Amino acid sequence: MLQDWAPVLVFLILVTGFAVVSVVMSYVMGVKKPNSRKLAPYECGMQPTGTARERFSVKFYLVAMLFLLFDIEAVFLFPWAVVYRDLRIFGFLEMLLFIAAILAGYIYVWKKGALEWER
Amino acid sequence: MIEILFFFFAALAVGAAINVLVQKHVLYSALSLIVLLSSMSGLFILLRADFLAVIQVIVYAGAIMVLFVFVIMLLNLPEDEDGADRLRWLKFLGIPLGLFFLFLTVITLWNVERQDIVEAQMAGTPELIGRSLFTDYLLPFEATSLLILIALMGAVVFAKKDL
Amino acid sequence: MIEYLISPEFLLMMAKIVGIFGGVMGSLAYLTWLERKVMARVQMRPGPTRVGPFGLLQPIADGLKFLFKEDIIPTQANKFLFILAPIVALIPALLSFSVIPFGPRLQVADLSVGLLFIFAITSLGVYGIVLGGWASNSKYPLMGAMRSSAQMISYELSLTLSVVGVLMIANTLSLGELVTAQQGTWFGFIPRWNIFLQPVAFVIYVVSAIAETNRLPFDLAESEQELVGGWHTEYSSMKFAMFMLAEYANMLTVSALATILFLGGWTGPAFGPDWLRMVLPTIWFVGKISVFIFFYVLLRSTLPRFRYDQLMKFSWKVLLPLALANILITSLIVAIS
Repeated sequence: MLQDWAPVLVFLILVTGFAVVSVVMSYVMGVKKPNSRKLAPYECGMQPTGTARERFSVKFYLVAMLFLLFDIEAVFLFPWAVVYRDLRIFGFLEMLLFIAAILAGYIYVWKKGALEWER
Repeated sequence: MIEILFFFFAALAVGAAINVLVQKHVLYSALSLIVLLSSMSGLFILLRADFLAVIQVIVYAGAIMVLFVFVIMLLNLPEDEDGADRLRWLKFLGIPLGLFFLFLTVITLWNVERQDIVEAQMAGTPELIGRSLFTDYLLPFEATSLLILIALMGAVVFAKKDL
Repeated sequence: MIEYLISPEFLLMMAKIVGIFGGVMGSLAYLTWLERKVMARVQMRPGPTRVGPFGLLQPIADGLKFLFKEDIIPTQANKFLFILAPIVALIPALLSFSVIPFGPRLQVADLSVGLLFIFAITSLGVYGIVLGGWASNSKYPLMGAMRSSAQMISYELSLTLSVVGVLMIANTLSLGELVTAQQGTWFGFIPRWNIFLQPVAFVIYVVSAIAETNRLPFDLAESEQELVGGWHTEYSSMKFAMFMLAEYANMLTVSALATILFLGGWTGPAFGPDWLRMVLPTIWFVGKISVFIFFYVLLRSTLPRFRYDQLMKFSWKVLLPLALANILITSLIVAIS
């Protein structure tokens, strides 16, 4: 129902206001004595060397991609679980078929070594 | 009240969509896309499609955009190197494709049967969606599993050429 | 419009919102005190004692100190995103309290998709970390952000999948109904909590929840010895406090969700006069959450840290198949019975 969402909207406004006010307050009230050492990137007291924005391992991309695909699977599981009482054994077979296909993909990913982090 | 909220979310969505195109840095574009997808979720709530609204955030804003942001950070292109040279010819391809898409949209909208606007009576609850998805629309649901399977394989093949 | 704004429902709603928001902010502040005190006791130290009796005014002193500290934005940082990141981290972390039932009537909004709403909102929290690390334009924050976000999304998956078994039994996504479904007892003395029906799901949930909130033994994101402070290395003053606040709020949310899903939420024996019956559910709820928080702090003070490759492998090779197996076995049992 739409009325149910009204308090959420009010809560959102309240929380956003709190977050923004905190940032502004600390900007206004904090002391300001900057110097170049203080504003340099922190590297344990050493002179910063090189650029921070280097390219990352492709593993992170792979994790995000696998997460996306399994997340889509999870999204289907929720309405299924909610109506499961009515579907009974038919629902079980449906989901068995669905999960079997994804499990095949999961085993393929595992065998291909995509879940390893050492290499 | 609902009208105000509708125009607010709609304006936010359109503004974010324009911002996706005009931003120079690709990370800002991705962030605008997140704003766009979240305001779409607000519009879904106004249409009583609660389930769709949360799924929109979980899948699009929370998973697909994480992937986008990861790829952007993975490559870490310097801000001046936006690859404009390589895409010079695509610009000329883009204009006819855009016009074609506009044409398709107009044709589709033209052929839609006109209906009076009826306020949605029932909420798009997970129960209703589950009931129709797992009985009437069973085949598309099972087909999705094959799609996910193919995508899983594709992801691994792309990422690990040497295996 | 004006009539709605002065109607009793609206005023009740505002009272609830203000009460819950204030209560949550207060408990977040005292969570830091509790954590310092318990950790100190584990390590045979007294902990904070100077500010107020038993150091009870310490959180207030800390808050004021954060407010007056210098607001440093590194020169090479991306200024807009650097300021935006803590705001993005804090908003979803606090917004999830809008659907949590603290008592039979003490709930801001009982959405029909309440559980998924929390999952949706918390899945946005990852951007605060990613942006914070990227905008700092410094080495440790970026590495910490990448590690942390990859860890968070991996464990989010097992967390999401672990609750499906509970949903199959309760058949609802509304948090209020999830709690009321667990009222009553079996044989007169065992409470009807889902933990007894879904013990495997409970273990998966708790492990993923600890990893999801970047706490020891899974705090790879801010492992001091290798990454200094992780994604918030460059942050100071209130912005740092906001990241910490978001982390503690997430801790509170996952504990509250664990209580609602597996431990019967606010259900518990009601007795005594009417006013006691009114407040007892909330007391039970807060008590059950406190057990989780205490467990969290004990883990932090006793366990060493995982290695990153072990952490990722544990999620993808152990928790994920276990969660899927739990779903299939539960569905088979439910279908037969």
